[in-house]
Amino acid sequence: MTEDRSRTIRIGSGQGFWGDDLEAPVRQVHDGPLDYLMMDYLAEVTMSIMQKQRNRRPEAGFARDFPPLMERIFEACVEKGVRVVTNAGGVNPEGCGAELVEAGRAAGVSGKARVGVVTGDGLMDRLDDLLDAGHELRHMETDEPLAGIRDRVQSANAYIGAGPIVEALQAGADVVVTGRSTDTALTYAPMMHEFGWSPDDHHRLAHGVVAGHINECGAQASGGNALVDWWTMPAMERVGFPLIEAHPDGSFVVTKHEGTGGRVSRPVVTEQLLYEMGDPSDYITPDVVADLTAMELEEVGPDRVRVTGVQGRPATDSLKVSIAYSDGYKAVGTLVYAWPDAAAKARSAERILRARLDRLGLTFDEIRCELVGWDATHGHLPGPPPADIPEVQLRFAVRSRDQASVERFTREIAPLVLTGPPSVTGFAGGRPRAQEIMAFWPALIRKEAVRPHLNVEILEV
Amino acid sequence: MATIQLVDLAHARSGDKGDTANVGVIAYDPRDWELLRETLTEERVKAHFGEMVKGEVERFELPNLHALNFLLHGALGGGGTVSLMTDAQGKVFSTALLRMEVEVPEKVARRARGRGRVPANFDPAVPVEP
Repeated sequence: MTEDRSRTIRIGSGQGFWGDDLEAPVRQVHDGPLDYLMMDYLAEVTMSIMQKQRNRRPEAGFARDFPPLMERIFEACVEKGVRVVTNAGGVNPEGCGAELVEAGRAAGVSGKARVGVVTGDGLMDRLDDLLDAGHELRHMETDEPLAGIRDRVQSANAYIGAGPIVEALQAGADVVVTGRSTDTALTYAPMMHEFGWSPDDHHRLAHGVVAGHINECGAQASGGNALVDWWTMPAMERVGFPLIEAHPDGSFVVTKHEGTGGRVSRPVVTEQLLYEMGDPSDYITPDVVADLTAMELEEVGPDRVRVTGVQGRPATDSLKVSIAYSDGYKAVGTLVYAWPDAAAKARSAERILRARLDRLGLTFDEIRCELVGWDATHGHLPGPPPADIPEVQLRFAVRSRDQASVERFTREIAPLVLTGPPSVTGFAGGRPRAQEIMAFWPALIRKEAVRPHLNVEILEV
Repeated sequence: MATIQLVDLAHARSGDKGDTANVGVIAYDPRDWELLRETLTEERVKAHFGEMVKGEVERFELPNLHALNFLLHGALGGGGTVSLMTDAQGKVFSTALLRMEVEVPEKVARRARGRGRVPANFDPAVPVEP
């Protein structure tokens, strides 16, 4: 690939998940030069949460803190020419777009901004038609057809690529709101738009995918949650989120605004590259398949890492589908046991509780007990707990298709305080809550079943 | 030869895809990558985790990043919202792998020992300035 660094566009990360640092996008827009702000709001479970909210209230179903955030930064974005690309639309991009227009008017940018709304990733309304037409939507790991759980499906969305985002940018959208766009497309769609990349520019697109993978988890690429030398990580109270300086040839530099906290280094970026990684030679997206096994990372200055050498291959003919379905209930109860013999007391309480649940004739698909402070995260690896351990938290979790069994379990934790082993405390939080489980069903669908339904609407603020 | 913990040779990050956890292991010193590649076989990693990993362990090599990527299938109690585990998203399988004890040449042990742990004089109450 010829090195063309004649132009640079800056694409900053503003949110790594729904619930991330609300000040991060504000810092990205105000603390230095920026052309695009991408914000990823969607994880595997997020779509089903949003679908539940929309079932209760038809105008809900998107990241509802996104429009108020835009109200804070809309004016600055318009003045500085920062365009925003986000999948905050969840299962209701139209609703999100409408609130965004209101936010723009409240922010004083009426007549100065356009909102692009991407729809068509939602498959729920036509799920039966798709099944009837022979799209079996088999589970990617178990190969079971979706038909077996059809009546429990709560949401179904195709992971869509950059196409409609590019279309919205070309139509002049200052903010592009999508539903289930892939996380990485939010970063490489602006590159395709700015540099005029075609779908056949596989190597360039593959660089864009890697840039997207670095941006999509927010500060995880600029020092947050980084294990390497974590105790030296500077000024994390004002951590700068990553930003990509992209060039027309695909090569890019990962950096962050000057004066912000955190660190962008080769080892920090490498950790993020490996996050949620499968086969690194086969990173599949709707637009290209990327191969990361020959790419180069080079530190080219303080908080600057250059990325080159990513290889790309043509995309597959299918899209991944994110399906969520109800799969029973669960509840988690906790109690704290103190020295002496804290672990022995907690284990005795576990045995007594299991026996009580048994005597009550309750049915569970799974019961899991952990001693937080000893084996909750690394299991048996640390060996048996020392006799003198000062305290442990007993964490007792159950899961069942039978809601009544889970509800009854939630009433069996508190009694242990007066009817079980001694030196027990930490029950002030009250009864545990039974939660409905939304399980994830990954599947594939042929692109032609989705593509004709994709649509871009431009709204004037 | 000497025995050290993997935590002093490599750093790591883990995440989830359904019921599979991934652990990316990165050599602190590029000179140790070949040693990691020889030591951290799929069998060795599977044996290390024991009952924590119900399915297969798959390994991928990234010599360009001095890294190895492991997929631990059936490690997350069903994964996502189904799992009853504290670590349902496999966030700390990374450091669980770094507990492994490995045999290395004396020279490597001397250079690496303590590399992955907080220095004795570290005070978390003191802000870290850039």
